[in-house]
Amino acid sequence: MEFVTHLLAVYGSLLNFIGIQSLLALSLYITLSAGQLSLGNAAFAGIGGYVSGVLSLHYGLSYILALIAGSASAGVVALVIGLPVLRLRGVFLAMATLAFGEVVRIAAVNLTITGGAQGLVGIPNRTKGWMIYLVLAVVCYVVARLRGSRVGWSFATIREDETAAATLGIHTTYYKTLAFVMGAVIAGLAGGMYAHLTFIISPGEFGFSAAVQLLIYNIVGGTRTWPGPILGTVLLIILPEVLRGIGVAAGALRMAVNGLVLLLVILFLPNGLASLFQGGSRQTPKVAPLPREEA
Amino acid sequence: MLLEVKHVTMRFGGVRALDGISLGVEVGTVHGLIGPNGAGKTTLINILSGVAAPSSGEVRFLDQMIQGLPPHRIAALGMARTFQNIRLFPTMTCLENVIAGQHLVAERPLLPRFLCLPVAARKEKEYRDQAMECLERVGIADQASFLARNLSYGDRRRLEIARALASSPRMLLLDEPVAGMRQRGLRQIGDLVRSLAEEGMTVLLIEHNMGFVMDLCSRITVLSFGRTITTGTPAEVGEHPEVIEAYLGGQENHA
Ligand SMILES: Nc1ncnc2c1ncn2[C@@H]1O[C@H](COP(=O)(O)OP(=O)(O)O)[C@@H](O)[C@H]1O
Ligand SMILES: [Mg+2]
Repeated sequence: MEFVTHLLAVYGSLLNFIGIQSLLALSLYITLSAGQLSLGNAAFAGIGGYVSGVLSLHYGLSYILALIAGSASAGVVALVIGLPVLRLRGVFLAMATLAFGEVVRIAAVNLTITGGAQGLVGIPNRTKGWMIYLVLAVVCYVVARLRGSRVGWSFATIREDETAAATLGIHTTYYKTLAFVMGAVIAGLAGGMYAHLTFIISPGEFGFSAAVQLLIYNIVGGTRTWPGPILGTVLLIILPEVLRGIGVAAGALRMAVNGLVLLLVILFLPNGLASLFQGGSRQTPKVAPLPREEA
Repeated sequence: MLLEVKHVTMRFGGVRALDGISLGVEVGTVHGLIGPNGAGKTTLINILSGVAAPSSGEVRFLDQMIQGLPPHRIAALGMARTFQNIRLFPTMTCLENVIAGQHLVAERPLLPRFLCLPVAARKEKEYRDQAMECLERVGIADQASFLARNLSYGDRRRLEIARALASSPRMLLLDEPVAGMRQRGLRQIGDLVRSLAEEGMTVLLIEHNMGFVMDLCSRITVLSFGRTITTGTPAEVGEHPEVIEAYLGGQENHA
C-alpha cells in the first residue's frame, strides 16, 4: 500500500498523462477502424479543452456539464467537417482535418476568450486520476463491444473495400461520418479532462505534432484491435522516461525513440505490437490452403 | 419484368461504353449477357448495382427507377453482385467475409451487446450458422477460417458468390463467375446457379464460356460495342448472323 502511494506521488502525473493520451489514441483508433485517416483529433481535444475550460472558468459551469459541452462541441464540429468531405474517398479527410487543425490552433492563438498564445490559465483542477482511468475503461469496453456489432462490421468492411461494402448495402458515408464523429467526441472528452487536470492549456499542445503523435501511437501499437493504440501510447511515453532514468540524456530523446520505434514496427511488425499477443492466428491460417483444381 | 433497362448510355469521355441499350429480365430466370471484351457488360453491371451512374437512360428494378441511386440503396432493394476483378475483404476470413455480407439481414444491435444479454449471443450463433450455410452452398465451408487473400483464385470467386448470397437477394449479378475455373468448378457453379433460380432468385450472368451460358440461361442478350445485338433463347441467339460475326468472330481473334 505504501509502495502504491509512493508510486502515485512520484509518477501520478505521468500516469494521468498516459491515461489522457490513451483516450486520444483510442479516439483516432475508432476513426481508423473505418478506414478514415483523421489528422484532426488533437484539434478536437483542443476544442473539448477550450470549450469546457472556458465554460467552467468564466461561466462557472459544473465540471460534468463542462465536459459534456466540450465533448459535444467537438462532435458537432466533426459532423460539419465530415459530412461534405466523407462523401469523397481517399485522402480528402486527412487534408481537410490537417487544415482544420491549423484553423483551430490559429483561432486559439488569436481569440481573447481562449487566452491567446499564453493559453487559458486557471482552469479549476477537477480531474482526478481515477476519473481518467474510469473513462478509459468505459471507452475500451465500448470499443471492444463495438466489434462484432452492425456498426463494427460496417467499419471493418469499409476499411477493407469501400466499393464492395457499398454493394452489400452499407451506407458508407453514414458509417464513415459516424466513425469520425465518435472519434471527435472522445477526443473532445479527453481534451476537457486534460484541461481540468493541468490548470493551463495552450494552443501548441493541440497542433500538428500532437495529431501525428496519436497516429504514431496507433501505428506502433497496431490498429486491428483496441489494445493496440493503448500499448503504443504506454510504450512511447514510458520508454523515454525509462531511458532518462538509466542516465540517457533527455532533449531530443523522445523524438529519437519515437522515430526508432516507429521504424522498427513498420519494418518488422506491420500490424503493430498488439499482433505479438494474438499468436498470429488472424495473420495466417493454421493449415495452408490446399491448392484447388483451379489455376 | 423484374429488371428493365431502357436506352441506357454510358460515356467515358469520348468512349461510349454503352450506347442506348435496352433489355428486360424476367423474375426467376437465368439471363445471360455475352459479348466480346470491351462490349460494355461490366459497365452495365456497374450501373445496375449503383457503382456507376449512366449518362442517360432508365433502369427499373421492382418497378422503381434505380439509375443513379447509391449502391447501398439498390442493394437494399435486393440486388447483389460479384466483381469481375474480385473484390473480397482480404484480411478477413472467409466466414467474416460472408458475415460482412449480412449487413442488410442481420441487425447485431449495440445495446444487447453492451449489456452482454444472452439474446445477442443466441442471435449471433444463428447468423453464423447462416453464414456457414452460404459457404457450404458454394463449396468452401472447409476453408471458413482461412483469410480470403490466401484462397485459390477459383475459391475467391466462390467466396464472392457466398458473400453476395448472405443477404438473400432477389437478383444476383454475376460478372464472369467461372473465369479461370476448370470443368469441376464450372459444373459446381452451374448447379448452384440453377438451384438458386429454382428457389426464385433472378440471375444475370456474364460469361465467355458459350457452352456454360447456353446450358444455363433461358434468355441471352448479346452486346457488342455498347449496343444490343439481340436478345433471345440460346437457340435463337446461336443462329443470329450478327452474333456469329460479332461474338464468335471476336472469339476467333482471341484464340
Ligand atoms: N472507368 C472507365 N473509364 C474509361 N473507360 C472505361 C471505364 N470502364 C470501362 N471503360 C471502357 O468501356 C468499354 C466497356 O468496358 P467493359 O464494360 O469493362 O467491357 P466488358 O465487361 O464487356 O469487357 C471499354 O472500352 C472500356 O475501356
Ligand atoms: Mg467485363
